[in-house]
Amino acid sequence: MKRFLKIYLEKPELAGLAFLVVLTLVFQVRSDGVFLNAQNLQGILGLLPEMGLVAIGVTLLMICGEFDLSVGSVFALTPMLMAILMEGGTPFILAFPAGLAAAAAVGFANGFLTIRFSIPSFITTLGMLFVVRSITVVVSGGFPPFLPADALPKWLFTVYVGPAGLFRLSVFWFLAVAILVSLLLTRTNFGNWVRATGGYLPAAQSMGIPTARVKTACFMICSVLAGFAGTIQVIRLGAPLPSLGEGLELQAVAAAVIGGTALTGGIGTIFGGIIGAALIRVIDNGLVLSQVDANWFKMAIGFLTIFAVVANSWLRKKAKSIKVET
Amino acid sequence: MPEPIIQVGDLHKWYSGVHALKGVSLDIYANEALGLIGDNGAGKSTLINILSGTQRQDDGWIRLEGQPVDFSNPRDAMERGIETIYQYNSMVPTMTIARNVFIGREPLKFSLFGIGVMDHKKMRDDSVSAIADVDLHLRSPDAIVGELSGGQRQGVAIARAMHFKSKVMILDEPTNHLSVKETKKVIGFVRGLKDQGVTGIFISHNMHQVFECCDRVVAMARGEIVMDKRIEETSIEEVSEIL
Ligand SMILES: Nc1ncnc2c1ncn2[C@@H]1O[C@H](COP(=O)(O)OP(=O)(O)O)[C@@H](O)[C@H]1O
Ligand SMILES: [Mg+2]
Repeated sequence: MKRFLKIYLEKPELAGLAFLVVLTLVFQVRSDGVFLNAQNLQGILGLLPEMGLVAIGVTLLMICGEFDLSVGSVFALTPMLMAILMEGGTPFILAFPAGLAAAAAVGFANGFLTIRFSIPSFITTLGMLFVVRSITVVVSGGFPPFLPADALPKWLFTVYVGPAGLFRLSVFWFLAVAILVSLLLTRTNFGNWVRATGGYLPAAQSMGIPTARVKTACFMICSVLAGFAGTIQVIRLGAPLPSLGEGLELQAVAAAVIGGTALTGGIGTIFGGIIGAALIRVIDNGLVLSQVDANWFKMAIGFLTIFAVVANSWLRKKAKSIKVET
Repeated sequence: MPEPIIQVGDLHKWYSGVHALKGVSLDIYANEALGLIGDNGAGKSTLINILSGTQRQDDGWIRLEGQPVDFSNPRDAMERGIETIYQYNSMVPTMTIARNVFIGREPLKFSLFGIGVMDHKKMRDDSVSAIADVDLHLRSPDAIVGELSGGQRQGVAIARAMHFKSKVMILDEPTNHLSVKETKKVIGFVRGLKDQGVTGIFISHNMHQVFECCDRVVAMARGEIVMDKRIEETSIEEVSEIL
C-alpha cells in the first residue's frame, strides 16, 4: 500500500492511464472488435488533437493555480477572425498568426484582470466566455465567411498520413506541442516557477518569483493553444462556425482533473491532461459503438470527473497519514 | 564602533488603518547575532519583511553597508546578500526538496532571456550537500516537502538560506512548532553564524532562546522599539518587565 501510494503521489496520471487501458479493452470486447479497427482509430485520433491541445493549456494553467473557462469561446473566435481576414484577401500565412494573436490577447486580458483586481479566475474567465463568444457571433455577422475549398492548408494540418492513413497530421502537431509544454514544465526554470506559484503562492512570492508574470504567461499559453485547436478543427471541417467549441471548457477541466491535476494548483502533469482528454474521447466513441444512447456520454464524464477528484483527494489524505520515509 | 551593516531609520508601515511600524530606527552591526523579541502583533515580521523585500515601507529609509537601498522585491534583497527564513511561507509543500532549495535561483544548463533548462543533477547534488552541511539527514532530495515533519522542513529552509548565504541571515520565529531537540539545533546554528562571518537576526517570542544565542536583544511592542541592550547588560527578568 505504501509503495503504491508513493507511486501515485509521484505519478497521479497513472491511475487514469490504467483506466484508459481497461476501458479500451471493455469497448473492444463490447463492440466485437470494431473499437480498435483502423477506421475507428482514425476517427478517435482525428478528434483527439483538437480537444487534447485545449486540455494541455488548461492543465498547465491549473497547475499554475488558475482556471480558464473561456477556452471554448477562444476556440471559436481564433479561426473566425482568421477566416474573415482570409475572406478579405489576407493570405493564410498572415491570417493564422493574427488569429493566434487575438487568442493571446484574450489570455493576457484574463491574466491582467484576475491579478490586477485579485479576483478568482473562475469569474474573470466565465465573463470572458460570454464576451468572446459574443464577439465571435457578432463579427461573423450571423453566417460564417465563405472560404474556397483550397484556401486552407489541409496538407499542413489535417491530411491523413502514415500506414493505412491512420493519422491526421494534426496528431503530430498535438504531440509536438505536448512534448514542448511538458518539457517546459518539467525541465525549465519557468516550469519550476509555475509549480511554485500554483503550489503555494506566498512561498513563491517570498522567493522572488515574478508570480504575476508567470500566471499571465500561462493564461496566454492556454488561450493560444485553444485558438490553435479551434483553427485545426476549422481546417478539418472547412468552415468556421460561431458555435464551435461550446462546452469544451468544461471537458478540458474534466480532462485535467481526470488526469490527476489538483484543483488547488501545484500538482499535475501535461501527460495526465492528455490521458484525461483521451479518456473522454474514448468514452464518447465507445458508447456510440456499444450502441448506448449518446445522452449517457455527459453522465459518464460527469461521474468520472467526480470520481477522479474524490479518489485523488482520498489518496492524498491517505498518503499524508502514512508518513513516507525520507 | 564599526559602521553598521544595516541601518534603518524612521520606518513606518500602515495596513489599512493598523499602524504596524511607528517610526522604527535600528542599527545592526556586522557579525552580531541580534535577537528581536516581542509579543504577537508587535511588528517584528513587518520589520523584517521590509528588510527582505517582501513588503515596502510607507515611510523611512534603509541603508546596507552605508548605501541607501530600496528593495522592490525579495530578489533585490537576496542579491544584496540578505537571506530570510520566513515565519510561514518558505517552502512549497507540493514540490521536491531539490526544487524547493533552488526556487527562483535554478542553475541552468543554458538560457535565453532568463528562461532555460535546469541542471537537475546539480540541483540534487547541491541540495544533498546543503542539507548535510546543516547536519540534517534526509535520504533523498526528491522527497516532497509536504511529506516532511515541521522540523525537517525548517531544516531544509535553513539549508537553503545557508547554501546561498552571504552577509545577513534573518530567521522569523524558526523555532515555532519544533521539538526541543530541533529547537536546540536551530539555536546552535544561530550561535554559529558569527564564525562563518554572517550577521544574524533571530526573531522569537521566547526569551530563553534569545538569551542563549544572541549578542544583543531588541524588544518591540505595538510597532515601536522599547528596549535595545547587549545581552550581558540585561536579564530575562528585565526584558519581561518591559514587555
Ligand atoms: N498583511 C497584513 N495585512 C494587514 N495587517 C497586517 C498584515 N501583516 C501584519 N499586520 C498587522 O500588523 C501588526 C504587526 O504584525 P506582525 O508584524 O506580523 O507582528 P509580529 O511578527 O511581531 O507578530 C499586527 O497588528 C498585524 O495584525
Ligand atoms: Mg511574526
